[in-house]
Amino acid sequence: MDEINNLFQGFAVALTLPNIGFMFIGIFLGVLIGVLPGLGGANGVAILLPLTFGMSPTSAIIMLSCIYWGALFGGAITSILFNIPGEPWSVATTFDGYPMAQKGKAAKALTAAFTSSFVGAFVAVLMVTFLAPVVAKFALNFGPPEFFAVQLLTFASFIGMSKEPPVKTLMAMMLGFALAAVGLDSVTGTLRMTYGQESLLKGFDFLIAVIGLFGIGEILLTMEEGLAFKGHKGRISLKDVLDTWKELPKHWATSLRACLIGCWMGVTPGGATPASFMSYGTAKRISKHPEEFGKGAIEGVIAPETAAHAAGTSALLPMLTLGIPGSPTAAVLLGGLLIWGLQPGPLLFTEQKDFVWGLIASMYLGNIVGLIVVLTTVPWWAAILRIPFSIIAPVIVVICAVGAYTVHNSLQDVVLMLVFGLMGYAFKKLKYPMAPLVLALVLGDMAETSFRQSMLISKGSLDIFVSTPLAGTITCLALMMLLWPALGFLKKLSRG
Amino acid sequence: MKTGEHLQMRWMELLVAACFVGVSLLVITDSLRVGNAWGSDGPEPGYFPFFIGCLLLGGASWVIVQTLLAWKQDDGKEVFAEKHEFNLMLLMLLPTAAFTAAIFVLGIYVASVVFIAAFMVWQGKYSYFKSIAVGSGISAALFVLFEVWFMLPLPKGFIHTWLGY
Repeated sequence: MDEINNLFQGFAVALTLPNIGFMFIGIFLGVLIGVLPGLGGANGVAILLPLTFGMSPTSAIIMLSCIYWGALFGGAITSILFNIPGEPWSVATTFDGYPMAQKGKAAKALTAAFTSSFVGAFVAVLMVTFLAPVVAKFALNFGPPEFFAVQLLTFASFIGMSKEPPVKTLMAMMLGFALAAVGLDSVTGTLRMTYGQESLLKGFDFLIAVIGLFGIGEILLTMEEGLAFKGHKGRISLKDVLDTWKELPKHWATSLRACLIGCWMGVTPGGATPASFMSYGTAKRISKHPEEFGKGAIEGVIAPETAAHAAGTSALLPMLTLGIPGSPTAAVLLGGLLIWGLQPGPLLFTEQKDFVWGLIASMYLGNIVGLIVVLTTVPWWAAILRIPFSIIAPVIVVICAVGAYTVHNSLQDVVLMLVFGLMGYAFKKLKYPMAPLVLALVLGDMAETSFRQSMLISKGSLDIFVSTPLAGTITCLALMMLLWPALGFLKKLSRG
Repeated sequence: MKTGEHLQMRWMELLVAACFVGVSLLVITDSLRVGNAWGSDGPEPGYFPFFIGCLLLGGASWVIVQTLLAWKQDDGKEVFAEKHEFNLMLLMLLPTAAFTAAIFVLGIYVASVVFIAAFMVWQGKYSYFKSIAVGSGISAALFVLFEVWFMLPLPKGFIHTWLGY
């Protein structure tokens, strides 16, 4: 088994003292980010990215991915104790987590949430370990047409599976593409859409967009809701943990379903948020006592948490093997890879073995570290949440501003962040999804380049996307995904 | 636009869609400038942006038409934000904008102290002493982290020359 050997090598890379240190720092920062409103996985990692430029890429990605795991764990704390989802993917956890806390079963809910997160992530990492090398080997045969077909599939599945209105998903995505096209055209060297503005030459950086949309936008929304913290005590004793663990195996079926949903939604770019909702919905539908959901059913905590973590973790699979991120946070990590001089894609697995397997090994270790950290430090995080919003809010704005500035050492970016923040606020209210915008901004150039390279190969004929079985299959899948909402619309029409 | 109690969803929907129309027109104009035809070796630089612009325009028009069609039926009942909520949002947005402007003049450290302290006094009703202490503490932590530890210089405005750092 090649994978096992590689994995052990990876453990050797990840298990050095500095890297374990980075893992702990990452988890702590991640939980902090997850707990605070306005800072989340995507923008938290974006803000901290410049701090890692001086590190070795392996240490840097270990720390950043641990921040991501930490943020996934942290979201559950605020949902259960305060009924405030710290992260979009923990909204579904509030449905049953908070009622459990109200009934005095906060410790049980928290333990169930953390353990399920761990299980979900663990299953997803196993999948990544064994599937990623296969996918990467397969993808080595990819040419520009295949890459374009996969990118098309990514975008199409967003429109097909989005919870938001398809038209608005399309608009958000197109806006991302338009912003991505600003600046120097990579194929011909023409300047596009700069309108004579020198500052637009380098185009829009998606990191700024992420910090503004998710950070400032969220702060504005939180302010508007006029947060009143009415939290429950969070303290977990060893007895609580053991009691809950005894009960959890009974819900193995819920757990397994959630893992499958999560892995699927993570690999196809659905991301953690839709995965958690879908998993919650499925668990409720299949349950023998659906009426208990929403009143504190433990399955209602297990299902979304497991799926969110499974999705969050498996989103790294397409990022590593194909260079296509499955979630906004994966997109930020992808941006990091490019900055450290690593080209994501199938070649990474042959040329940067230490890096890839170090990262995969750190996923195992990071989640174990994460589980221990959150189980032991819950009261502390709950205390942070009691800091009044009038202190937290300006501090987070300052942190976002610093983060936006350090991306390119440019003050214009801070202004741009503010504009994106206002946009994030309006988009959230009017149900324009933000993930497609961010992914289009990241992938726009790549998709266009692979499309135009294909056109150079085929001398301008579109047939190239259906000429090989592989490209043809993926293109067809993409078109099916794209037409999915239209089908639903037709069904509705025919029923009158 | 305002009925006294709340901002109506339909107006905001139109406003944002109108912004989309504006952006799409910018995109389309520029793609026509750089060429949107299908050349001998595939698409010209403006080919993709042209379609993107058209899709944006189409989508925005769709939203506008839908909103207008539902205009009577909606009758301004759907709420974008209650007025007091919207005011709260502005209470966050305007200071943030002022803070951003202040960075240009004062540098990020001084601007942060002022912003955090002012927000705490104004919104949280904390004492001046406490507020300035928190602001200075955060600012000092940023300074140590960025300038000393990671050696990433942040904008300092006029105090740069004043302190000689």
